[in-house]
Amino acid sequence: MKKQIKKHSARSAIRATADHVATGLAILASILVVVPLIAIFVYLVYKGASSLNLAFFTQIPKPEGEVGGGMANAIAGSALLLGIASVLGIPVGIGGGIYLAEFGRGTRLANAIRFTADVLNGVPSIVMGIAAYSLVVVPQHHFSAFSGGVALGIMMIPTVTRTTEEMLLMVPNSVREAALGLGVPNWRSVLSITLRTASPGVITGCMLAFARVAGETAPLIFTALGNEFWSMSLNQPIAALPLQIYIYAISPYDDQHRLAWAGALVLIVLIVLAVSLVRYVASRGILKGAS
Amino acid sequence: MGVGIEVINLNAWYGTNHTLQDIQLNIPANHATALIGPSGCGKSTFVRCLNRMHETNPIAKVTGTVRIGDLDIYEDASPVEIRRRVGMVFQRPNPFPTMSIYDNVASGLKLNGYSNRKSLDEIVEKSLRNAALWTEVKDDLKKKSGASLSGGQQQRMCIARALAVDPEVLLMDEPASALDPVSTSKIEDLIFELKSQYTIVIVTHNMQQAARVAEKTGFFLNGRMVEFDSTHKIFTNPSDKRTEDYITGRFG
Amino acid sequence: MTVSLSEIKIRTPEKFSGPPDGGASPSSTPLASANPAVSEVRAYLLARGNSAHADRFFSGVMGACALSIFAIVALIAIELVLQSQLTWHKFGLSFFYKFNIDPDTHLPLFWDPVNGIFYAVPFLYGTLVSSLVALCIAVPLAIGVAIFLTEMCPRFLRSPLSFMTELLAAIPSVVYGLWAVFVLVPLLREHINPIFIGIFSNSAVVKLFGWTHLVGDDGLFGGVNLGLGLLAAGVILAVMILPIIASLTREVMTAVPNSQREAVLALGATRWEMIRVGVLRNARIGIVGSIILGLGRALGETMAVAMVIGNSPEIHRSLLSTGHSMASVIANEFSEATSDLHRSALVEIGLALFIVTIIVNALARGLVWVVTRGTPARVQ
Repeated sequence: MKKQIKKHSARSAIRATADHVATGLAILASILVVVPLIAIFVYLVYKGASSLNLAFFTQIPKPEGEVGGGMANAIAGSALLLGIASVLGIPVGIGGGIYLAEFGRGTRLANAIRFTADVLNGVPSIVMGIAAYSLVVVPQHHFSAFSGGVALGIMMIPTVTRTTEEMLLMVPNSVREAALGLGVPNWRSVLSITLRTASPGVITGCMLAFARVAGETAPLIFTALGNEFWSMSLNQPIAALPLQIYIYAISPYDDQHRLAWAGALVLIVLIVLAVSLVRYVASRGILKGAS
Repeated sequence: MGVGIEVINLNAWYGTNHTLQDIQLNIPANHATALIGPSGCGKSTFVRCLNRMHETNPIAKVTGTVRIGDLDIYEDASPVEIRRRVGMVFQRPNPFPTMSIYDNVASGLKLNGYSNRKSLDEIVEKSLRNAALWTEVKDDLKKKSGASLSGGQQQRMCIARALAVDPEVLLMDEPASALDPVSTSKIEDLIFELKSQYTIVIVTHNMQQAARVAEKTGFFLNGRMVEFDSTHKIFTNPSDKRTEDYITGRFG
Repeated sequence: MTVSLSEIKIRTPEKFSGPPDGGASPSSTPLASANPAVSEVRAYLLARGNSAHADRFFSGVMGACALSIFAIVALIAIELVLQSQLTWHKFGLSFFYKFNIDPDTHLPLFWDPVNGIFYAVPFLYGTLVSSLVALCIAVPLAIGVAIFLTEMCPRFLRSPLSFMTELLAAIPSVVYGLWAVFVLVPLLREHINPIFIGIFSNSAVVKLFGWTHLVGDDGLFGGVNLGLGLLAAGVILAVMILPIIASLTREVMTAVPNSQREAVLALGATRWEMIRVGVLRNARIGIVGSIILGLGRALGETMAVAMVIGNSPEIHRSLLSTGHSMASVIANEFSEATSDLHRSALVEIGLALFIVTIIVNALARGLVWVVTRGTPARVQ
């Protein structure tokens, strides 16, 4: 009997130790995850903030080797590209989400579309760039802002579709019934009642997609191409913030590295704002004022 | 003024479930008619067949004829047109959460393109008065959201919203079941007042409520209408034994 | 509770008294006919008519938007196939496994745009190795974080930690690349690689493990230490895929019902045993799915890899050697491709990447769906 108790207590000691070790490892893993994140952020803010000045936002890059200048053209260029992408991606994405939630719910077609959208989200963005290149750049015989916008817009569609669908599904059926019961046509009910009720969530979904493509570089490398000078033409190559960061990061000039850090900080701030806003809206609940 | 409803050979299914069987009914105009019966007997389904809400469910099917006034609602008009003439109040209040009280009540008109501001103001006020809600909300019409009212107020607002489109028939699916007794009695008073202008069909679980507000009552059981007669007769001397058993509480 | 009929009080219309709240009693005036505004409403609505056309048009437009997803996939596939026809006809399937031999150096020659030699083997190798390194680093850490967040984390830490994970996932690739070039690479070159080099070149280790060909100057950590290379790419990839694996693992772990946890605890298990048996075992399909999803992300990651992998189309055993991945060679060479054949070769690599990532992602999504059974997965 004593031997059994001893064996038993030995085994539970081992089990208890295993428990402690596992806990320790899990905590260690979490620390190891938090550390690079904080390291990246801190370093970025440190390097970027010291480089950020008014010139960054107002001037275009100086010729290679010269000190100073800014990324005004890249910021403006990104804005134009994102504008084109949003005009293409957001309406089509919301339309797709409306179809999945309001018309195709439960059908096999809708399930196939949803699955395809998720898979499409995982396709590397450079492949999107190749597609946009052959669809737009080749027939037009030149690189252009428009082709870059198309590449980014195509990337937004599956994301916006899925988030819109999720948000619309959260609107309770009682609201739809109330609208239908009044003799409101279905299209009007979907747009003015269901979509409007879900609008905080739908908007944040669009914001997320926007923030995501704002940082994309790969699809722009051979569509928008980049531009050292100020250009807002749809049919010319155009500068973009992430693209410029890439070009400067691999350049040999220190001053261009400085600009790259500043640009990265601008991107990060945008991302942090977007993610925080999304979390805030999500925590408030989708139905404003609903009991 | 309201119109009468004539139901001939109505059958309804949810998928393979034969929910309503051979319903024949004549609901009189400008009266309140109550439909009673145990849970799952099909009274809600029946009422949803009267404004074609039943068919919003993709696996739903309906055969038979329903005439509202002289209009065959399944043959002569689209669901959207029907629902403008047959209003509905649901079991749980369902105000539009993003709209103010004013916009909620006016929604049936505004969403159908009606834009005459002055008329809308009048109609909203009149509907809210008819729904016995005007004095409580008249100062906050555009400031407060429809969803911020209490349960009983929300339901009365939903009634106002249904009345604003001036329907000929008002269907009420257990309108007071989610409410407290004070709100319930307010709504019953309301129904009593409204039935002179509209034809009201009210589904209720509460027999006392049926007895209080309706002139005619129909008893549903297992998808069939067992008995349909004046309220007085149903509750004092029903013809069918099943009706009597239900009334006296032997089941249900 | 039965009630006799006589006890049910019936209110007849005559007995009712008292007007409803809200002003003048409507029953005294027959409203509908007297008030013109009301019947105007009825007339207006009656004139509105059917909305069947508008509804059909609307659902058609929405359906077209949804079908655009299929169209996008089809368009991408078609363009990739069309634009890669040149190399496909010239090299066929051997594009992916053959190589030439350089007549001067007698070393394998894979990719020589000037001479029109295009074989994709080094890029497959670079992609695989960097992704594998990334998985080896990221998976244990991600699962550890997921376990910590789901089972052990004190309440006040949960929200900030998950917020940080979300932020990590949202940082653009080029920013990671920037940090990797200026911080990670020097760190590896000066501090971390020397440690591994020391271990792997240690004479005792070489004597013991020389037969594996993984140690010594010829092994995993042999050759020149530039900091750039496959290892650097693997590390930055690990940082990038970690949040995805962690948050998906968290989702599948949370999807395991509490009853499972309680059942194991009730048998007297320690917390770790409860996690291992009650949660991980149930969630393992989903965890595998999230790992595969992380792999899918690593395979396609372009910018950060392009900035640290060294950009040389060669194959070396050492992790410290420079290389190239499928995505990074496209990013590097596409806009300056020297010939149509060159561009076609790059597109064919893109096609291979497309097919591989679709298969990997479809597999991963399927596995995760099996576990969470359709509860909406968070959009990445």
